[in-house]
Amino acid sequence: MIREITLGQYYQTDSVIHKLDPRVKLVATICFIISLFVVQNWLGYVVAAVFLAVAIKLSKVPFKFMVKGMRAIVFILMITVVFNLFLTPGEALVSVWKLTITREGAETAAMMAIRLSFLIIGSSVMTLTTTPNSLTDGMEKLMNPLKAVKVPVHEVAMMMSIALRFIPILLEETDKIMKAQIARGADFESGNLIKKAKAMVPLLVPLFISAFRRANDLAMAMEARCYRGGDHRTKMKPLQYQKRDGIAYLVLVGYLAVCVGMNYVM
Amino acid sequence: MSLILDHVNYIYGDDTALAVHALKDVSLVIPDGQFIGLIGHTGSGKSTLAQHLNGLIKPTGGSIYFNGEDIHADDYDKKKLRSKVGLVFQYPEHQLFEVDVFTDVCFGPKNLGLSKKETELRAYAALKQVGLEDEYFYQSPFDLSGGQKRRVAIAGVLAMKPDILVLDEPTAGLDPKGRDEILDQIAKLKEETGITVILVSHSMEDIAKYVERIIVMNQGAVLYDDVPKEVFKHYKELEQVGLAAPQVTYIMEALREKGLPVAADVTTIEQAKQEILRVIGK
Amino acid sequence: MVIKMGIIKTDKLVFEYIRRDEEGNVEGITRAVDEVDIDVKQGDFVAILGHNGSGKSTLAKHINAILYPTEGTVWVDGMDTREEKDLWNIRQEAGMVFQNPDNQIIGQIVEEDVGFGPENMGVPTEEIWQRVEESLKAVGMYEFRKHSPNKLSGGQKQRVSIAGVIAMHPKCIILDEPTAMLDPNGRKEVVRAIRALNDVEGITVVLITHYMEEIIHANKVFVMDQGRIAMEGTPREIFSQVERLKELRLDVPQVTLLAYELKKSGLNLPDGILTIDEFTQALLNSLEQENKK
Repeated sequence: MIREITLGQYYQTDSVIHKLDPRVKLVATICFIISLFVVQNWLGYVVAAVFLAVAIKLSKVPFKFMVKGMRAIVFILMITVVFNLFLTPGEALVSVWKLTITREGAETAAMMAIRLSFLIIGSSVMTLTTTPNSLTDGMEKLMNPLKAVKVPVHEVAMMMSIALRFIPILLEETDKIMKAQIARGADFESGNLIKKAKAMVPLLVPLFISAFRRANDLAMAMEARCYRGGDHRTKMKPLQYQKRDGIAYLVLVGYLAVCVGMNYVM
Repeated sequence: MSLILDHVNYIYGDDTALAVHALKDVSLVIPDGQFIGLIGHTGSGKSTLAQHLNGLIKPTGGSIYFNGEDIHADDYDKKKLRSKVGLVFQYPEHQLFEVDVFTDVCFGPKNLGLSKKETELRAYAALKQVGLEDEYFYQSPFDLSGGQKRRVAIAGVLAMKPDILVLDEPTAGLDPKGRDEILDQIAKLKEETGITVILVSHSMEDIAKYVERIIVMNQGAVLYDDVPKEVFKHYKELEQVGLAAPQVTYIMEALREKGLPVAADVTTIEQAKQEILRVIGK
Repeated sequence: MVIKMGIIKTDKLVFEYIRRDEEGNVEGITRAVDEVDIDVKQGDFVAILGHNGSGKSTLAKHINAILYPTEGTVWVDGMDTREEKDLWNIRQEAGMVFQNPDNQIIGQIVEEDVGFGPENMGVPTEEIWQRVEESLKAVGMYEFRKHSPNKLSGGQKQRVSIAGVIAMHPKCIILDEPTAMLDPNGRKEVVRAIRALNDVEGITVVLITHYMEEIIHANKVFVMDQGRIAMEGTPREIFSQVERLKELRLDVPQVTLLAYELKKSGLNLPDGILTIDEFTQALLNSLEQENKK
């Protein structure tokens, strides 16, 4: 059923990683991704793997939830691997028909696969341990300096959090309108592409109208509750760094240093 | 011609820990031409039940037969069933989408593959049945008042010429007069065409005024299925499941407590008035 | 200007809007509110009744300065709603709850939504938490503070919306058909919460509705029709005029209607009976008198 789709994949539990400030987690995720592209040898990947494994262990989220995120990119992963495997020039290992697997190819393909999977798993650690709300809060606070160059940081964050709130409502509404039109004999499934696209009109028009009506209502309700943009606003849950956040930053710096260092070891 | 539910069960989220048993062993016979009220508090399964009647939801157990045929048999024509069992959802005006009222009402019959002439004849007849004046036919449905929009939406289902009309809270959000107008129109329609009407409502007063049979749902199961008089006798049990009897029933009960020998099984104002006048000898 | 006035006062309030056809040409002018004078005192529970399209919602939106008068004036706590400098004070003092429970909750967690108003007003963090706690307790939703609004019933959502307004510490609260989309149990919950606000917290309440049973506890009732105040009085005075209410597309509770019908059949019953107890008492009294004769 459509309404059972939940957005964000927050996994509720109590762990050090859950308690970290969202800014730390955002910065850490970005650093981790950068580190994956900085390291150039196997030792570097071992360091990254250890870092990731420790983070997963600390988060107390079962590993299978992390792997779930992988499903979406299996296809991309395969293509990347295949391309790198066959199209990298170098010392030939195996040759079948016109396709040649080179040593360099195999190495790059393996690295790409590791990079992509680490990237996805690393980001899932963040989304699984942070509510969408505190993520937007963290982003708002992190991007605050951009206000100086007239980036509407607060507005973007507000839009994101409103979108998150309304997506389940609109999904439910889609389900309802769809059923109502099916009850009037509408057919959303059969026919060719053009016919199918046409069949969507009775669903999309009411949905758009409803979305606009809701937006209108919401704007009015927000104004009635004295909303006037980001200035003068206080926060109910302001972000404040704790001791553990400082430690986390230190660990992060250490990790990056080791990663860079590994490039000179070998 | 009838609709039969035979031990219908519906469980969703079956494969997860959060399975919900939305319908529990529901068996009902809905013969031709009845005016039925379907009541139950929010979440009692009445909307889920309504969606089973035209095959929108497939039961996880049990069967549904329309005119003797299993509606979930492989070769059964669902589209035809949906034209025969019309379902009007809550706030049906939210499904309007065409440029004008008339075209919107044509949507249903057109989907049935009828000729243009037949489609238009049916749309016209349906708009007349809900009492909408000709002057609105070529206006955008979005320019109409709330009550008019709702009539157009109901006409959109009537244009498919259903044998059974299921209405899920057709009066939600309307003012008292608008509510009476819609219900009177439906009662008149039933009178004239002999169509079966199933009215899902929260208003016990409306239910008591119009229907001849009440089905009470609670936690996915049928709690009572009887004539209004009998069902509202159980007003204490109804309260326990988040429902109530019409206010007149309580008035009569209060009078009996004060020693006035009025009958307790009164469900409408007119009955109450006659009963009180009878007892005090006027 | 030292004129003693109520918390909400309108003087010959007129609101007109221009209707346009699809090409944007002016089709005509609609007068949604027509010379309305109301005066609401601090602590009152006022009900505004009227059928759909009678102008009651338009009137309500003037009190919160969402709409501005075409002619006439609206004062909230002595402030003219057209004065730009008072806008945020007016919106804070006259809180508003709307009809659709889904379209007015902003937060993804109940407590965050209730904190939204105080955040906008620049209330210090610690005080926001205090206000959120008090407000949620006042509407009996404190135990749901960590829940997602999407998982609540309609009545619960409306109570959260009311808490969101109370957290702004308003002097009055205007509820624009807050129960229209709820089931009977949800309606009861919300009306109970509104009455508690008025009785316990002393907040002035303006309740807009077309459910007659919700206005029985009001001090004063205005009935609107075609943008005008068509009737005005206590609930009893209003309910005494069954025929007039029917003309205005409204109805009365069954007990009132039954008493009215019996009176028409020759029984000696008073007008404007509101409750079952009143009805049984009045009926027994009238029978006793008959017997004495």
